[in-house]
Amino acid sequence: MIKTHNNHVKKSYFSEAVGSTIVKCSLISATILLASGCSSLGVQPWERDLLAKEEMALTSSPIDAALDDHIYFSKEASSGGKGFGGGGCGCN
Amino acid sequence: MQLNKKKMPINMKAALTIATSALLGTVPTAVNAADEVSNSAKAQQESTWDFDTAFLYYSESDRVSAAEAIIAATKTFENDEVLNLKLTIDALTGASANGATAQPNVQTFTRPSGKGSYQTQANETPLDDTFKDTRVQLNAQWTQPLAENYTGSAGVHISKEYDYLSLGVNGNLAYDFNQKNSTVSLGLSYFQDTFEPEGGIPVAFASMPTAFGDNDAENSNAKADFNTTRRIDSDDKTTADIMIGFTQVINRRMLTQFNYSYSKVDGYLNDPFKILSVVDNKGIAQDYRYENRPDSRVKQSLFAQTKYHFDENIIDVSYRYMWDDWKIDSHTIDSRLRIPLSSNSYIEPHLRFYQQTAADFYQPFLAQENSIPEFASADYRIGEMSAYTVGLKYGMKMSDGNDLSFRLEYYRQDPKDSGHIAPGALAEVDLYESVDAVLFQVSYSF
Repeated sequence: MIKTHNNHVKKSYFSEAVGSTIVKCSLISATILLASGCSSLGVQPWERDLLAKEEMALTSSPIDAALDDHIYFSKEASSGGKGFGGGGCGCN
Repeated sequence: MQLNKKKMPINMKAALTIATSALLGTVPTAVNAADEVSNSAKAQQESTWDFDTAFLYYSESDRVSAAEAIIAATKTFENDEVLNLKLTIDALTGASANGATAQPNVQTFTRPSGKGSYQTQANETPLDDTFKDTRVQLNAQWTQPLAENYTGSAGVHISKEYDYLSLGVNGNLAYDFNQKNSTVSLGLSYFQDTFEPEGGIPVAFASMPTAFGDNDAENSNAKADFNTTRRIDSDDKTTADIMIGFTQVINRRMLTQFNYSYSKVDGYLNDPFKILSVVDNKGIAQDYRYENRPDSRVKQSLFAQTKYHFDENIIDVSYRYMWDDWKIDSHTIDSRLRIPLSSNSYIEPHLRFYQQTAADFYQPFLAQENSIPEFASADYRIGEMSAYTVGLKYGMKMSDGNDLSFRLEYYRQDPKDSGHIAPGALAEVDLYESVDAVLFQVSYSF
């Protein structure tokens, strides 16, 4: 019983490890592809009408982002990614 | 009457501008209380402080509630230097899972201070209801162009709770190229946190002692017993982060960002309020022991975000993959769709999905027949879990140009069994209780 159980755990860790490697590899290659192809991407300065909008900023509501970061930092095992996920409170 | 009402935000802005400037030791304009209106106008003309404020209420059913207020002031100076100051105050009350398992009988736990105890009814997840804290946080961030295409930024952070102090610094350098369509950035941050929990830091894996009362001679022995389970010092934690970012404008409507983060945390990483039940082979708790986690953790993450402007709507989708040396992996997908309702109002539905695997030392309980492991924690937040958030924001631009918005969200966590066999009575109780929370936020920018 216990042995089967252990096997099950090992198996799932194994597939997770493979899964995460695939995710890492694809994300890294996507980044490299984008970085190498980036010189052909983009807009002329006079084409920035939409991008210049406040709501098109990558963090369009910094206050919402700060509040969300605080909630998820204290309720989950992950933090940061978009910004720094460092210390700051005794909530985790 | 109506005139006064309309004037109020401007006066508030003027007052805050003066207050902020006074704090910084720079006076933007002569203050004369009798000449309020002209000062308001002057303050607006001569200084461009913008204020963002928000109030958030977060409430879990039967557990923690938190109220958080933020006021942020931003000023852009002549040469595009930007100063951002932020004050955050939050208050936390309510009950938090202490890590022990539910049992078929009533359980009694000693409060973290040792003064008194609390009880958990049969078949209920034990919650420590002594959770209460107020926190004040100050952030200051200075951003400025350093040279052609280079932008630098530096900031400080201080956060103080009754039993916790956090000090932080950060720096960031960004380089724009390809007609500012591409940006690479490098950021560093360092935090130093000090922890002095109520009742002292428990000795790792010490058995939870019995409670003692106040000033009772009879209790001096109980107090001495309690003290043997506590360390006499405070402890600290350092967090060093490195982040490499790449932002790319794809076309007139689309923009993307990629970040890689590396974070190293060292020091006291236990939660001093968390315990584990030690159960016999019938699943009945015989003892409760304080948890023990490794004293270092290395986290890494990859983050990708894209924003796309349709004719009217704007979609914002991001994905984060995080992994660490505690063997926690997590996936987060966050998406928002901003839909204009008119030229000055919008709604924004929000969906977030989160999933994490358990830390390798996570276990929902300790079996009495096994020896105590090197590390163990029953904190569900480092166990296997999935969570989602569904929310809606409504925002409007007011006639005076200020922004007002409301946000209502529902957050649900579903902890999961990562393959621990529950003996006897534990098979009959809910070891992985879900948590529901609602958050409501009002924001006002002026």
